Amino acid sequence: MRLLNRSAGRLSRHRRGPLAGLMLLVCGLLLTGGLYAALAPAQADTDQSQEELIKEGRELFLVGCAFCHGQNGEGVLTQSGTQYGPALTDVGAAAVDFQVGTGRMPMAQPGVQAPRKEVVYSEEESDALEAFVGSLGTGPAVPDEELYSTDDLSESEYKELVTRGSQIFLANCTACHNFEGSGGAMPRGGYAPKIRGVDPKYVYEAMLTGPQSMDTFSDGNIPPEDKKAVIAYLETLDDSPSYGGFTLGGLGPVSEGITAWLVGIGALVGFAVWIAAHTTRSSEKKDEAEA
Amino acid sequence: MSVDVSKVATTNGSEPATPTKGAQRAGTIATWADERLGLGTAMKKNIRKVFPDHWSFMLGEIALWSFVVLLLTGVFLTLWFDPSMTEVQYDGSYDPLRGVHMSSAMASTLEISFDVRGGLLMRQMHHWAAMIFIAAMMIHLLRVYFTGAFRKPRELNWVIGCLLLLLGTIEGFTGYSLPDDLLSGTGVRAADGFMKASPVIGTYMSFFLFGGEFPGDTIIPRFYAMHILLIPGLLLALIAAHMLLLVYHKHTQWPGPGRTEQNVVGYPMLPVYAAKAGGFFFIVFGMIALMGGLFSMNPVWKYGPYDPSKVTAGSQPDWYMGWPDGLLRIIPAWETHIWGVTLSWNVMIPILVMPPLMLMVLIALPFLESWITGDKREHHLLQRPRNAPTRTAIMVALMTFYGLSWAAGGNDIIAIKMHLSINQITYFLRAAVFIGPVIAFIITRRWCISLQRHDAEKLLHGYESGVLVRSPEGGYAEKHLPLPLEKAYTLTARDHDPEPEKVEQIEASGLEGRKLRVRRLRARLQALFFADNVQKPTVEELHEAQHHAEHELHELESQIAAGPNRHGPADH
Repeated sequence: MRLLNRSAGRLSRHRRGPLAGLMLLVCGLLLTGGLYAALAPAQADTDQSQEELIKEGRELFLVGCAFCHGQNGEGVLTQSGTQYGPALTDVGAAAVDFQVGTGRMPMAQPGVQAPRKEVVYSEEESDALEAFVGSLGTGPAVPDEELYSTDDLSESEYKELVTRGSQIFLANCTACHNFEGSGGAMPRGGYAPKIRGVDPKYVYEAMLTGPQSMDTFSDGNIPPEDKKAVIAYLETLDDSPSYGGFTLGGLGPVSEGITAWLVGIGALVGFAVWIAAHTTRSSEKKDEAEA
Repeated sequence: MSVDVSKVATTNGSEPATPTKGAQRAGTIATWADERLGLGTAMKKNIRKVFPDHWSFMLGEIALWSFVVLLLTGVFLTLWFDPSMTEVQYDGSYDPLRGVHMSSAMASTLEISFDVRGGLLMRQMHHWAAMIFIAAMMIHLLRVYFTGAFRKPRELNWVIGCLLLLLGTIEGFTGYSLPDDLLSGTGVRAADGFMKASPVIGTYMSFFLFGGEFPGDTIIPRFYAMHILLIPGLLLALIAAHMLLLVYHKHTQWPGPGRTEQNVVGYPMLPVYAAKAGGFFFIVFGMIALMGGLFSMNPVWKYGPYDPSKVTAGSQPDWYMGWPDGLLRIIPAWETHIWGVTLSWNVMIPILVMPPLMLMVLIALPFLESWITGDKREHHLLQRPRNAPTRTAIMVALMTFYGLSWAAGGNDIIAIKMHLSINQITYFLRAAVFIGPVIAFIITRRWCISLQRHDAEKLLHGYESGVLVRSPEGGYAEKHLPLPLEKAYTLTARDHDPEPEKVEQIEASGLEGRKLRVRRLRARLQALFFADNVQKPTVEELHEAQHHAEHELHELESQIAAGPNRHGPADH
């Protein structure tokens, strides 16, 4: 406070006249007004582009999505009352980013599973669809990169994260996706896909939005930091060498059993045939024959 | 042509050979040992013991040698494995699990895998050897059954073999459970559930085994004692008995010229079979080492420590437990609620009823067959599978049942790898485990009979020579040539099937009550057992066929000599 008073005193010492204060006030007001005038239309511009994006997204949606999901994303029921395409009113932009970004949507044909395939929409189109679906209701937005990226962690932090991630992964994910993310079967031809080598963003979004038969792991259930831990563990699985040799698909005892029979027993029976086919040899006989 | 004689003992024929220095020393040692251990007398007979040569006789050897590998690698593992369920915090080399709480058993398994030199190789070799051990026992069993080698006097050795299969399976299961990783814990939990599914005593059995509620802290030490002491001891004893009986009975052999029920034609133990069998040991060892080094087996570090709240997709037992697991997967959810007690038929039938039942069927097969056929003679000559069509068909039906149940055990993997619906696989297999064996039985039986007919045709009309002859009328026919004598002998070296007893005769014989019914049943089964079998041609038929063939040959030769086409067979 003393400093302020001192500077105020110094200022008043250099004051030219009684009108100067008023002039300063006018200048301040002009500056503020001018700045407002300069910045306010810019604000209005972004609003407009967001609206445009939603509009663009809606147009794309009507062409590519509405047939199953309804014109306003309200979902379509079949005659028997089951869902033809689920309602998208509260799935959020993250769900769209996942489904469209991995090529799962639009589906090639109705079915139990929307398989991962070639991506159909460009990034801009996907943004527009996200904006439109995001505007339909609540639901998670596309996560920021810092939520799922493990790049800027120190080594010790990363290791700790991996250890925690392994346990979260084994408790929540392996029941369907298998112990090393090789995937597993779901009822009626569905499947939990292989989740190795998947972009961390999509892993994060999948946990956040629970696509297809998957549970939704909301932030209350698995906090963002733990989601990142799972991603870190999956990355570690990808990066670590295969300590034991060929993993045989990472499918557990079934592929091991097949290998034991086809490779092990197959080769050993082959050797048995070989041994039995090679009976005693006597060099003496040969010599006699030659002589 | 000169023969290198530098290494041969020198003799002029009238004086004794002068042995080399090395041979002299070996002789001294041998005499020293013989005078104290009586080795000479003991070895004299056995060292020259003759074994017949055929690849299918070496299948049991695969099992024996993989058992030796199991003993060797198993001893290595016991040096570091700590069979304790004490909770520790992992502090080894595998980063992703460092700091995680787990049992000592799991921690020491990780130590073996990552911190003991060669430990992972030994662990993987031990596990691969176990898989191969049981698989080899099974193919050996199939060989013995399909060739009729189980017949008198070898029925008891068959029973011992079945017990070895059972013990091997239990040994495998206890070993699978020891590391206390997620997969083994899930398996033990399943076993706990199976025990609890037995009515009345289930819970008591479970509490008795686990020393209280699952998982407790005693199950792994108990399994360890079973795995490294009790069961290997029993296995060793039974393997010894199995081999002693093999030596006592002498090995069976395929029929052929010079081979009878009274002799064994083959090579002696030393030097031929010692080299062959010894060499095969190194091949089996090498193959298992190769698999242990190249193929990942039970990567416990990825499963993590067992925790009842966790489970993984693809939780399967090792292959030999796959078929009851498969039945468990496809059986409908049948349960009965009675006086406040739930009877879980869906667990009891596939797990508590079927495996013991299958084992009993397996053990009973030789006795059932000899009862039905009434054949109580000794057999040392083998039968080709086609010459016992019903027997062959019975085993193929059992194999089909086994195979389909086995496939059901991997229904989830089949579903994801072949893009099928797990539900459809389940529905299909529910029907197939009943229908499949019946179809397999019928096809196999008819197939065998066709092959028998083919053999008879070859004997009577010769083999297809590939020589096409054009007759003066312009028709074409393939010339059949008589079989070489040895082949003809081998094909005919089998018994005529006995004439089944006539039911009317039994009824007329004055038997009454239960005895009559049993005899009648036996006669009917006997008729079914031998029905439609093709018998080998009689001597008269063969002679007639021979004359006919000679006549045809002459005709052919004269045709070739007379005809304009002189490009006939060069030999004639």
